[in-house]
Amino acid sequence: MPVTPQLRCCDASGCRSAGGQALRRALEEARDAAGLTAEALAIKPVGCLRLCGSGPLVACDGPGPSQLFGGVAPEHAGALIAASVAANDGSAAVSDDPLAAHRLDLSDPFFALQQPVVLEGCGQVNPESIDDAIAFGTYAQLHRVLQELTPEQVRDEVRRSGLRGRGGAGYPTGLKWDTVALQPPGPRYVVCNADEGDPGAFMDRSVLESDPHRLIEGMAIAAYAVGAERGFVYVRAEYPLAIERLRLALQQARSRHLLGNHIDGTSFNLRLEVRVGAGAYVCGEETALLLSIQGQRGMPQPRPPFPAQSGLWGAPTLINNVETFTAVPAILRQGGHWYAGIGTEHSKGTKVFALSGAVVNTGLVEVPMGTPLRTVVEVIGGGVPDGSPIKAVQTGGPSGGCIPAERLDTPVDYESLLELGSMMGSGGMVVMGASTSMPEVARHFMGFSVNESCGKCVPCRAGTVQLAQLLDRFVEHRATPADMERLDALCQMVKVTSLCGLGQSAPNPVLSTLRWFRHEYEAACREPAACVAAGGVER
Amino acid sequence: MLHACRALLTVAAAVASKSWWETIAMTPSAPASTDPRIAQVIRRHGARADALIEVLHQVQELHGYLAPEVLREVATGMGLPLSRVHGVASFYHLFRLEPPTAHRCAVCLGTACYVKGGAQVAARIEQRLGVRLDDAAGDGVWALQHVSCLGACGQAPVLVVDGELMTRLSVDPPEALDARLEAAGLPQRTTT
Ligand SMILES: Cc1cc2nc3c(=O)[nH]c(=O)nc-3n(C[C@H](O)[C@H](O)[C@H](O)COP(=O)(O)O)c2cc1C
Ligand code: FES
Repeated sequence: MPVTPQLRCCDASGCRSAGGQALRRALEEARDAAGLTAEALAIKPVGCLRLCGSGPLVACDGPGPSQLFGGVAPEHAGALIAASVAANDGSAAVSDDPLAAHRLDLSDPFFALQQPVVLEGCGQVNPESIDDAIAFGTYAQLHRVLQELTPEQVRDEVRRSGLRGRGGAGYPTGLKWDTVALQPPGPRYVVCNADEGDPGAFMDRSVLESDPHRLIEGMAIAAYAVGAERGFVYVRAEYPLAIERLRLALQQARSRHLLGNHIDGTSFNLRLEVRVGAGAYVCGEETALLLSIQGQRGMPQPRPPFPAQSGLWGAPTLINNVETFTAVPAILRQGGHWYAGIGTEHSKGTKVFALSGAVVNTGLVEVPMGTPLRTVVEVIGGGVPDGSPIKAVQTGGPSGGCIPAERLDTPVDYESLLELGSMMGSGGMVVMGASTSMPEVARHFMGFSVNESCGKCVPCRAGTVQLAQLLDRFVEHRATPADMERLDALCQMVKVTSLCGLGQSAPNPVLSTLRWFRHEYEAACREPAACVAAGGVER
Repeated sequence: MLHACRALLTVAAAVASKSWWETIAMTPSAPASTDPRIAQVIRRHGARADALIEVLHQVQELHGYLAPEVLREVATGMGLPLSRVHGVASFYHLFRLEPPTAHRCAVCLGTACYVKGGAQVAARIEQRLGVRLDDAAGDGVWALQHVSCLGACGQAPVLVVDGELMTRLSVDPPEALDARLEAAGLPQRTTT
């Protein structure tokens, strides 16, 4: 970690919308006014400093431990400069600290319990400077891989790490890479899924805005490992700053010959391009995404063939999520065994979560897999702002479910969340307090699925509409015992008969709330007692 | 039971309608003069079929929306069937096939925003502007649509007014919300 005096100002979109850019300008002016040069005190734009809910955030580095400030306005600039000077010349802190209310405690569990691997450079490097990224060590693993390792050795290392796909399904990454690499000779593609459509998820956005070079390095290593010479990053259009930074980073990497022909003086060539989505959630599904890259409607296709066998233009295509690729450089640097030593038996490594909803600390959290959900939402997240108990935690977005308070001691890993009728999903965690009604939440998600169904298969297209109408009856307290039964049955039908993951998982929010909060559905009937009785007969 | 559900579904399939999914009737319009900038955009992409979405994005930026004659021009320029171009343009939510209103709000109803009162924000704006959520025509000047997460969930609830992201709106008390909306330039069209 650098000890040169510097102020790191979050310049990701969250802090930007809270006035981060004006603050940085004010800091530069205040530094000049204090007669300091940029060498004496660097003011550096960086990516996400994690606690998004308290932005704009500024970190102050010096010889001692770093300090973090939140919710700072331009008028605090002078005091911040003074604080950083004091931290650097060792003078005692002023007794009447004008920044007291803005100091964030870095020893708070929110920060202390995090284990940055994917987010290592996030908040440290200037996302718009390749020099800064390189100084931080980015591209060192690409260099080493190209000079010292065969593609097989790279894949071995990734397989050893136990890394599983972070886009939701958790497919073993090493296995997927092998499948692509071992297809018959011919062109291959690498694709990064940066469509991040789950409401409540902002991990990928933060990585793209904060450390795009790390993602490019991970993708380049993957391309080398599977023998691809061309690739795409598919980013949703709703993320303009992420797109801008990624485009800039690609340009910089090309100009340094880290992309293009004969990378690092070897025979390895790679061309990477950005493709921007156009607002269709279903395009996060891999087969739909590949069609969208090819300029078509994003309609999911039956698998097999899997993209690894036949993807873009019929060629074997490796598709991984942003976080999956971004974890790769650290795995190669520290070794697969190191990564596999973090987490649980079947879910290795760390996972980034986006904490939001009824929780004190909202922002980005990277913790080892297997961390109890309670630790994430109560200890790290700080629980519900008014101190009342948590009612449920929603994970997995519209494909996931609501985990009730009594199951908060569950370790967060792929299998445990599935057992609870939810899923890991991409990493969004929305905390819900007592005031949130579960049938309403289920209706909310069903509305989302109705809107986002691509319309290709009937169970999803029409079934979600039916489910939404049924849920309306509960929300409006006019449901009957028969509706309760229809709800169960229709959920099963849509789940079993839909073509792609969107339809298959659309009933999950209903099923999980029915499972854990059935009493709320019963209470939402026109004659609650009748519904309770009906439910009783069934059981 | 499954059988009953299927029957139900067939009926629902017939009535299920989604504004973005319905094919928009192509009204024959007078042959508009061609826009040389469209040809330019297409040329920049080498007229490659896989660049269609990118081309549509750029053309929409130029024209504000994708009118029937514009889609026809793109189809001709790229050597693609009009049905393909129209199929793609109507599939994606972000492509507008109708002229947009001069001012637009997008309120996030994603899960985090929903939990933090996004629906109340939407209702307040509907009331204030006198428009209905997701009615693209709005009142002719302002329209309000919903989005399903802007990745700013840490600062929920959020709203976009003419491209500017507004975060951490407070819905309680309503006056506080009104003050933010006022500051963002949303006119008070109706008396509350
Ligand atoms: C409806 C639907 C939406 C999806 N959305 C995303 C997404 O936004 N981002 C993502 O990485 N994966 C998403 N996926 C999962 C992808 O299909 C695919 O499994 C993933 O990109 C593979 O990468 P991974 O192995 O690194 O997870 C979605 C799947 C479905 C069925
Ligand atoms: S849910 Fe509104 S920004 Fe994510």
